Amino acid sequence: MLIILGYFLSFLGVILFFISGLGLLRMPDTLTRMQAATKASTLGSLLVILGIACFEPQWAFKLIVLAVFILITNPISSSVLAMTTYKRFNKYIHNTSGADALKGDDK
Amino acid sequence: MLNFLILLIALSLLLALVRFLKGPTLVDRVVAFDSMSVIATSLLVVFSFYFDKSIYLDVAFVFGMTGFIGTVVFAKFLDKEI
Repeated sequence: MLIILGYFLSFLGVILFFISGLGLLRMPDTLTRMQAATKASTLGSLLVILGIACFEPQWAFKLIVLAVFILITNPISSSVLAMTTYKRFNKYIHNTSGADALKGDDK
Repeated sequence: MLNFLILLIALSLLLALVRFLKGPTLVDRVVAFDSMSVIATSLLVVFSFYFDKSIYLDVAFVFGMTGFIGTVVFAKFLDKEI
């Protein structure tokens, strides 16, 4: 039963990895590529690690520490990269709606 | 079954590698590198089950840590704060 759950979670995570790679390849713009890549790969890595923890329950502590580490650090790095893109590489963003919530910020 | 899992992870790693090689700007390459480091961390976790060696989990931990630090340092470097 635990083996079936492990395969289910692992294949769900791997499908999310494939979606993240496809979005990284097909999206038109840097920020959209960033959101496709980081969100899907964070959830996919969490699901793959939980699936392997279902296969081998004696490694569960180390795997959960690794999952929490990825859950904390991956949004931080994507946020720092998004701020860098907004500040320095602004001409590559196609802003069709005209809205810019960070305009008055001097940071 | 597990071979198919590893094959799908390698396929998505290859898709990210294509974006890493042809990305128009430098930020695209850094984004692709970040995604590749997370996918490779999960690939190391799957390898540790596949070869039944728990030492690969420590390798995966260190790999994820260096990938995170490399991405943040490179973003700060592009921001001209270092």
